Amino acid sequence: MTVVERVPTDKVVVEGMTGDAAIAHALKQCDIDVLAAYPITPQTIIVEDFQKFVANGEVKTRVIPVESEHSAMSACVGASAVGARVATATASAGLALMWEILYCAASMRMPIVLAVANRALSAPINIHNDWSDSYGARDSGFIQIYCQSCQEAYDTVIMAFKIAEDHDVLLPVMVCIDGFILSHNVERVEMLPTEAVQQFLGVRKPAIALDPDNPVTMGPLALTDYYFEFKEQQDRAMARVPEVFERVESEFEKMTGRRYGRFETYRVEDADIIIFTHSTPGGTAKAVVDALRERGEKVGVVRLRMFRPFPAEALREVLRNAKAVAVFEKCRSFGAPSNPLALEVRTALYDLDERPLVTDFVIGLGGRDVPPSTIVEGVEKTKEYLKAGRAPLYETLGVRK
Amino acid sequence: MAVRLKDMLKREPILSSGHRMCAGCAAPTVVKLMGMALRGPTIVCEATGCLEVATTIYPFTAWKIPWIHVAFENAAAVASGVVEAINAMRDKGRYKDEQVDVIAIGGDGGTFDIGFGALSGALERGHKFVYMVYDNGAYQNTGIQRSGGTFPGQETTTSWAGKVEPGKRQRKKPLAEIVAAHKIPYVATVDPYHYRDFITKFRKALEADGPAFIHAFSPCPRGWRSDTSKSIELAKLAVETGLHPLYEVIDGKEWIMSGPSKRLKELRPVDEYFKTQGQFKHLFKPEWAEFRAWIQEEVLKDWEELKRKCGVS
Repeated sequence: MTVVERVPTDKVVVEGMTGDAAIAHALKQCDIDVLAAYPITPQTIIVEDFQKFVANGEVKTRVIPVESEHSAMSACVGASAVGARVATATASAGLALMWEILYCAASMRMPIVLAVANRALSAPINIHNDWSDSYGARDSGFIQIYCQSCQEAYDTVIMAFKIAEDHDVLLPVMVCIDGFILSHNVERVEMLPTEAVQQFLGVRKPAIALDPDNPVTMGPLALTDYYFEFKEQQDRAMARVPEVFERVESEFEKMTGRRYGRFETYRVEDADIIIFTHSTPGGTAKAVVDALRERGEKVGVVRLRMFRPFPAEALREVLRNAKAVAVFEKCRSFGAPSNPLALEVRTALYDLDERPLVTDFVIGLGGRDVPPSTIVEGVEKTKEYLKAGRAPLYETLGVRK
Repeated sequence: MAVRLKDMLKREPILSSGHRMCAGCAAPTVVKLMGMALRGPTIVCEATGCLEVATTIYPFTAWKIPWIHVAFENAAAVASGVVEAINAMRDKGRYKDEQVDVIAIGGDGGTFDIGFGALSGALERGHKFVYMVYDNGAYQNTGIQRSGGTFPGQETTTSWAGKVEPGKRQRKKPLAEIVAAHKIPYVATVDPYHYRDFITKFRKALEADGPAFIHAFSPCPRGWRSDTSKSIELAKLAVETGLHPLYEVIDGKEWIMSGPSKRLKELRPVDEYFKTQGQFKHLFKPEWAEFRAWIQEEVLKDWEELKRKCGVS
């Protein structure tokens, strides 16, 4: 474990930056060896900014301007296999094109950090935010963390490398921000001194690498006799993530005073209805809760950060005393009884003898604005369903029907 | 060249015996020859294919040098990452080897077709690596399906010879020429019969100042329905009939015909090649006489064009 010290306030640089820029600066300070990426809105600024660092000689990173996202993730796997610290960034169609290699990266235990500016999938083609892209990749074996602010994006990228590269984990991490809403929104970001970041992270020490002195075969064929064991090990690695995450966050907190947890709770102690969401709607939901609390309504928010591995047990303890959990999610899982986020919440609560009612509201697809009134509408509906004692498995809000 | 061919032939093989390639498959020979050309520490990045699955069935591996496989269409992209990671780590003083060669290997399916975009991108970016395609003329690993590398007239399980079809009707993609059009420092075609030519060229590829490409012809008795003891002879015959002429292209502009092709007074008829394999048997039916003549005509035209490019009269 590295010894970290609290960074003195006068060493912290405060700047206004977009979510994308905050991630680019974090990647720079993490001293990554290789960045392989392909341009796609709304992620592009990350790579554009990073290429400026390269052009000005501010980093020794090798950037590979690949011809597709499929090759971006492939190059990341190759680079990571040699022992390098590696990152890439994408969104929407780009993530979809990476799909096949997401599974390879995770199964081959490559600690790659992938920044995703969440964007709707085609068709119709749309450049704005929803979560269909990374939700679709939820079974790929990546750790997934969703951020609400530019500061959180910056901090999470730094912590992501430390979690991914831990030998108890060795899994890739997706750090997700809402496309445009966060990727292009300027906020106040406190940047750490580069030396502090580098002391916190250290240099990557690969557990195993492509090394001519110690030849190994990576990515072999494993059939009925061994494939399952590979998956079992991968599953165990995922199960170790919460512990490593906790350790990494504690160290980060020592250095910065900031800590986020796998999820954030807001005014939930006596809440009858808990709004459950993540990313930028988490901020909107907190504002709504403040307003509703003034009217005497007992509401709170759980803002999820870590979707994979899903903190089912910890969440169960927080949600169990509420009368209802109102899930707001920016994805429709077509044909499914409800949607990715609500499915997990329902699974987490299922074993309780007395379960809160779960409502599931699909919101904001293709970047449709999610104003406070949409959240209020969901809360009002949840109150009605509580009275009726039953709720539909899911419904859409904020759409012409 | 500082190292003599005689010494290269004595090199320890990079692929052990006991791999599970088919009897008579030329791919292990191709890899063996490649291994003889190596000049030092080397990392191999391989596409999905026969060679990949049959040499690395977990928990065994036949590879004695560092080797990675990720997927089918991305060997060139994986190699890009390996090359640049080494460069970055060396820049930061974290890489011990002065020089590590990186080689990507793909079959014809993984190179002519599905991996073509990744290959073209890697060539354009100019990473220093060698890409070698072992071309056995079809997707042999998945059960002999046609690829962009399949010859016209070749019968595969997706280009059947039937009452109205003579096997594949289309020409073979001129891959080495397309790669040469990227104006990379070095492109060469090789075959395992002409092993001296093979090793010499592979060494040149490793020494090239930028990306290099090797197109290796690799007979496949299983897919071609040919005698397992004749694979190396078939490789020779492919050169002699002009189906796989041997040449080099320097910087995309200087075309050099290699000795084995250059020394041919004239090409042998393609029929001599076709007769050796079950996959071309149907071409000798009377209804395909014209089609067979067309293939011969095309081969002769390509040969004349190649001679012109190489300045051979």
